[in-house]
Amino acid sequence: MFRKILIANRGEIAVRILRACREMNVRAVAVYSEVDRAALHVRLADEAYPIGAAPSRESYLSIDKIVRAARDAGCDAIHPGYGFLAENAAFARACGDAGITFIGPSPEAMEQLGSKTAARHVARETGVPTVPGTLDPIENAEAALAAAKPIGFPVVLKAVAGGGGKGMRLVESEAAMASAWRDASSEAQNAFGDGRLYIEKYLLRPRHIEIQILGDHHGHIVYLGERECSVQRRYQKVIEEAPSPVMTPELRRSMGEAAVKLARAGKYANAGTVEFLVDAERRFYFLEMNTRLQVEHPVTEMVTGLDLVKLQIRIASGERLQLAQDDIALRGHAIECRIYAEDPDNSFFPSPGKILERRVPTGPGIRLDDGVYAGWTVPNEYDPLLSKLIAWGGDRAEAIARLTRALGEHYALGIKTNVGLFRRILASRDFQDADIYTRWLDEFLSRGREIASAAPRAEDAALIAAALWHSHRAGASGGSGAPPSRAAESRWKIEGRREQLHRAPDPQ
Amino acid sequence: MKLTIELDGKTRTVEIGADAARGGGRLLCAIDGRSVEADAIEVAPGVYSILIEGTSFEVRVEPYAAGLRVGVGGREYAARIRDPRQWRRNRGAAEEAEGSQRVVAPMPGKVIRVLVKPGQTVETGKGLVVVEAMKMQNEVRSPKSGKVERVLVSEGQTVGAGDVLAVVT
Repeated sequence: MFRKILIANRGEIAVRILRACREMNVRAVAVYSEVDRAALHVRLADEAYPIGAAPSRESYLSIDKIVRAARDAGCDAIHPGYGFLAENAAFARACGDAGITFIGPSPEAMEQLGSKTAARHVARETGVPTVPGTLDPIENAEAALAAAKPIGFPVVLKAVAGGGGKGMRLVESEAAMASAWRDASSEAQNAFGDGRLYIEKYLLRPRHIEIQILGDHHGHIVYLGERECSVQRRYQKVIEEAPSPVMTPELRRSMGEAAVKLARAGKYANAGTVEFLVDAERRFYFLEMNTRLQVEHPVTEMVTGLDLVKLQIRIASGERLQLAQDDIALRGHAIECRIYAEDPDNSFFPSPGKILERRVPTGPGIRLDDGVYAGWTVPNEYDPLLSKLIAWGGDRAEAIARLTRALGEHYALGIKTNVGLFRRILASRDFQDADIYTRWLDEFLSRGREIASAAPRAEDAALIAAALWHSHRAGASGGSGAPPSRAAESRWKIEGRREQLHRAPDPQ
Repeated sequence: MKLTIELDGKTRTVEIGADAARGGGRLLCAIDGRSVEADAIEVAPGVYSILIEGTSFEVRVEPYAAGLRVGVGGREYAARIRDPRQWRRNRGAAEEAEGSQRVVAPMPGKVIRVLVKPGQTVETGKGLVVVEAMKMQNEVRSPKSGKVERVLVSEGQTVGAGDVLAVVT
């Protein structure tokens, strides 16, 4: 087993990995950029080292700095988390060259299965069905137009190096191609340093269902059931659940076996996810493979009872996976929502800033994979994911009820979050009936909202609170003209100053 | 103290005693002239626990846009407070909005693209400027149909939340 693991990431996933290390009695080493000195993952780590300026390119994406930090700290392994360098074969190679184990697949497997176009070639060779589209990257918007015509509109442009919905655009007509190409390509260039795109037919009402696989370095590969991630906004997963409400044992077996076949063809080891689109007739099409731990891995953990991060670490250290396919049983239902610092009432604009007050949910069936705390300033430079709230229930209805209850306990002041959006989704008939598909949320949002009926007296409470807030803040100074938006902030400043006054002077 | 509060667009009046306004706790107040007995305490900055005839509410209040956002359970209200003492100063705002609109950055970020030129005619919803924040590109759109009077930013420029990007008349 490893002695010391460097976690080449930040936020909730760095904390998640750190927790696994601690439970395994392995020292956890954090790295951080200039703006992350006070981040939760740094506070919780055994050791932490600075790796540069705030922009990812100069810190969390810097292979040299991270490998050097790992070597200097005497680490024998690196866990990349997801995003950043997690699917970067050059990084995996650099780790190997430095004599440090990369916790993930080999760089060769990553190149073959992690590249969307290469993986689609493998899928075709192994007989795994794929969505009609181009197998190779396309040169420019004109070539994309030519490729789109035989497939038929609508089509989707996708980044070759992509993931997480970045560098991806739906193109509904010929006329929209040029601007979609420009946006997707520049977004891909910014996010991944690779602006190449390919094209795919857009299925009408597909569900996104993915299979979690796990393979050791001795050729043993199993699938751990599926996750349904059909609730998406701009191709970004918003809610994930396991199992899929439309799954049958037969479909699970054929999708699971297809995923294992693909992984085997690419000599894949460690945790990976094979993503599929499933149409209304329950036909499935291979979409892409994510050669890393997924954001939504907790829902699989909740229904399988396995700890995927610990298994990743054990596999990377060379242990055999002591898990036969028949050992894997799914129990109950789990749903995850990704809590982002963004404002659903204002075009989902990111909402970085200082978290002034916060309460996180607890209680039966609730798990929070958290990356922030009250007093922490959410930086502007990175993905706005704050934490993941996961509910487990004996069945889907109980999981929904628990998640709804937990969301009601959550609040964060100072920044905006999308918690209200989850409450709306969970309360919707479509979600409760599992009548969802990848475009469902975008349509749901464009339908406009039904205002939830308020409890009697809730308006009175709102009015009283607003009046008290006003009289404590703006009103207390006799309406001296300080706008209310500054009032809350200055209250914190006053509090801070008072604290400093109370602090004992230095003994010198 | 008597306040006029616009709650989700409806004008309401709230009267609370000066003592209550200062300390919270048990208070007798009048809402639209109807007397309401409540027990209200601020349990954390901006978070109130309010009991009205035994029913327990937790209310979060924070500044949002030009007013307040008030959350009770899953319900959120937009509130604007008209304090008679501040009434006069706030008056001009509404008229100004109709004439020329200042389009501001909704969050801090970097200007990736400027999509319009001064003098250009735009429809409501036309993208004016693309701002990148937290790795996402966000198009800031025109709030009205009219003419772009000024563009105050250029590509590559870093902007703060609330910075004026363009003016549409």
